[in-house]
Amino acid sequence: MTSVGITSYGYHLPWYRLSRKTISAALGALGKGGGAGDKAVAGYDEDSMSMAVNACIDCLKNTDKKIDGVIFATTTAPYRERESAGIIATALDLGSGLRTADFADSLKSGTSAINFACDAVTAAGKGTYLVCGADCRLGSPGSADEMTVGDGAAAVTIGNDNVVASFEGSFSLSYDFPDYRRLDKDRFLRSVEERFVREEGYPKIIPQAVKGFLKKYDMEPKDFAKIAFSCPNAREHGTIATRIGFQPAQVAPALASLTGDLGAASPLVNLVMVLEDAKPGDNILVVSHGNGAEVLYFKVTENIDKVSNRGRFQKSLNNTQKLATYEKYLAFRGLLALPIFDDIEGITELPLVWRSRKEIYALHGTKCKVCGTPQYPPQRICVQCQAVDQMDDYAFADKKASLFSFTIDYASPNINPPLVYGYIDFEGGGRFVFELTDFDPGSIKTGMPVEMSFRRKYRDEIRGIVGYYWKAVPKRD
Amino acid sequence: MADGIKDKVAIIGMGCTKFGERWDKSAEDLMVDAFVECLEDAGIEKKDIQAAWQGNQITEINIGHCPVPLSTTLKLPFIPVTRVENQCASGSEAFRAACYAVASGSVDIALALGVEKIKDLGYGGLPSSGETMVWGAEYRLITPGWANANPGMFAQMAQKYFERYNISYDEGKKLLAKISVKSHHNGALNPKAHLHREITVDDVLNAPMVTYPLGLLDCCGVSDGSAAAIVCRADMAKNFRKDPIYVKALQVSGESGIDWMHQSYDYTHIETTRRAAIAAYKEAGIKNPREEISMMEVHDCFSITEMVTYEDLMISPVGKAGEDIDSGFYNLDGKLPCQSDGGLKCFGHPIGASGLRMLYEVYKQLQGKAGPRQVKNPRLGLTHNVGGQPTRNCCFVSVIGI
Repeated sequence: MTSVGITSYGYHLPWYRLSRKTISAALGALGKGGGAGDKAVAGYDEDSMSMAVNACIDCLKNTDKKIDGVIFATTTAPYRERESAGIIATALDLGSGLRTADFADSLKSGTSAINFACDAVTAAGKGTYLVCGADCRLGSPGSADEMTVGDGAAAVTIGNDNVVASFEGSFSLSYDFPDYRRLDKDRFLRSVEERFVREEGYPKIIPQAVKGFLKKYDMEPKDFAKIAFSCPNAREHGTIATRIGFQPAQVAPALASLTGDLGAASPLVNLVMVLEDAKPGDNILVVSHGNGAEVLYFKVTENIDKVSNRGRFQKSLNNTQKLATYEKYLAFRGLLALPIFDDIEGITELPLVWRSRKEIYALHGTKCKVCGTPQYPPQRICVQCQAVDQMDDYAFADKKASLFSFTIDYASPNINPPLVYGYIDFEGGGRFVFELTDFDPGSIKTGMPVEMSFRRKYRDEIRGIVGYYWKAVPKRD
Repeated sequence: MADGIKDKVAIIGMGCTKFGERWDKSAEDLMVDAFVECLEDAGIEKKDIQAAWQGNQITEINIGHCPVPLSTTLKLPFIPVTRVENQCASGSEAFRAACYAVASGSVDIALALGVEKIKDLGYGGLPSSGETMVWGAEYRLITPGWANANPGMFAQMAQKYFERYNISYDEGKKLLAKISVKSHHNGALNPKAHLHREITVDDVLNAPMVTYPLGLLDCCGVSDGSAAAIVCRADMAKNFRKDPIYVKALQVSGESGIDWMHQSYDYTHIETTRRAAIAAYKEAGIKNPREEISMMEVHDCFSITEMVTYEDLMISPVGKAGEDIDSGFYNLDGKLPCQSDGGLKCFGHPIGASGLRMLYEVYKQLQGKAGPRQVKNPRLGLTHNVGGQPTRNCCFVSVIGI
């Protein structure tokens, strides 16, 4: 029997960083926890869903995109009711004949999703599941939580063909430990007293899970090349590493220091980070926490050397843009009442969105069977040769693209002005006007290569609708 | 075989309000002002009008979508009324409809009125397309921002024009600046214009950037206003006045989609202008527009629009509009004065009224009634009115003459 495990992986870290010193400088004593380093901050047009889609795009590059199920792990789904995994599958154009599920409400949902996906493939003896995790948790301004949490996403495919890291075992603990909580109405994290958490929470539960795992499989710390575990606090991360008896060289760096705690995305991002440096034969452990803890055990295979373009993760940790002010961060998160958006929302016609879901979510246009011209948005009458109803569905999001023309618009309202947009030419044909995002204003030039990125276009609070669409991002790889 | 509109219809009266930030006037007030001037100028009675068209775009937020405000405000006597909309070319569309009705023989005398009351909406520029749904619900979901991106969509044309013809940013900005300086000079001579200040090239270059590479003084004014025309059968025109102005050509071209979504579009011209101009010259019997046209009012929503229009109307050679700008060819004292009334730039741009405002200026010039900005002995004038953006628009071109 072939092994089951990870067959590909990808991630999306936002471009923006907020220095914790910037928070302290803005809020004085309120900005407690202080501390050094930066946290990863989702752009104004990003949320857990959009980041997950981009992580999945990264993960599915160079794969056949034949996916039997999508599982999305998060504690910050954009909708209280409306499945995120279904939107993700639509954006990725995975078809409708698949399972989709959201694993929510716990920081350990990322490892739960992998566990269930591995079990599903094992039980069926076939199939590929796409598991993605993303979080965009919000600490209230000035809280310790604001200091510790960051935003990010990662994705893996679980299957039994060309496995790069085989799934060798897991160990789960479930406790109703009340470190974090939120009600429907809660915008910000609520957390219990820190001392209680330090003494009774994850610093105790993670070691318990790791020890339980080692006992269950009769293994020792020295059997592992790497262990990665998530934890909101970098100092506690060191304490836990000592407690579980792993040598510092075996312990992957704390995300708390690199990006902030990425919530439900943490174990997936940890997994990606470890796989980026792994060698065939390495045993690796990934540990989550949150209402208990879970340990996942993988063995890296020879196939890891076939993964293209490795080592990007480290680069993207350095390729970032620091937010100059705390106010900018507040604006990104919708915590400043910017007046400009009061009156510009229109009605989203949901039947239209449903009918045009491929056009809007998956960036599909059409390609004329007669003359071969790709065109976006989808057309029935060919713009080139006038043929009627001779169109094939055509995906634009994954095509090489470049900036034909652009403008820097200082007049149009935007949360992160100026608004920059221009016409994008797709290799093979097709042109349409798109917004640019995550750019350095001085670096924009006509002809520059760009990539399409899935973004949150708007959030209509009045009608409870979150709109997503695609923007162009300068190609950085 | 259709033989066109030439000399079948005449303009016997026109009216135009002062354009500007008319906080003192409602859309209805502006309509009445334009109509009263127009009716007096025509020397007819209201009961002589047999059909009427209203052109407006964003004002529908103020007065609604239908033409009833036209008939109830002007107290028109139970005649056919229709509202037309073609974005910034709505006023021209109203005029075209009235002329066609007369030319068809179904009526003898018709009214066209354009109006826009934008400033009440509370925007510095035009309101967002999110509110006005200019391009519809689907387009709104897949285009940048919620903004009405007109300044940015025209700005890209400046960028591509500079790029294509190897014009440096500084040179290009200067050429565009001269267009605005010329229009401000003319606008300062026009009491009905929105903006009355002469400006210098440096003023334009130092103005705040709006949509790179266009600055504030590359953009036209956004105004309230109304304009109107009364047209009749050409053979009866001299019964009403000794100096009627005759319609020589009315043409519209709508974008086919190719420039909107196909990589063949160079973004350095507006194809619909060229198509409408070719058709209009044919209809009017114009062989050499550079020599035959006495003056013109073009759609200078932005300086770059005016620059490419010189070429698209086949008056300046392609890529060489800069030479005509530098030589003053389009100045008030030049060979072919353009925007003698200040244009959209300074007369202002109440969307649905602008097409009729352009005709108003040409009409007055042809009658020799343009005061200090009078062009010498004009015989044939052209108006050019674009509704939309370079990649997605309808373009109207008319020729009228004595």
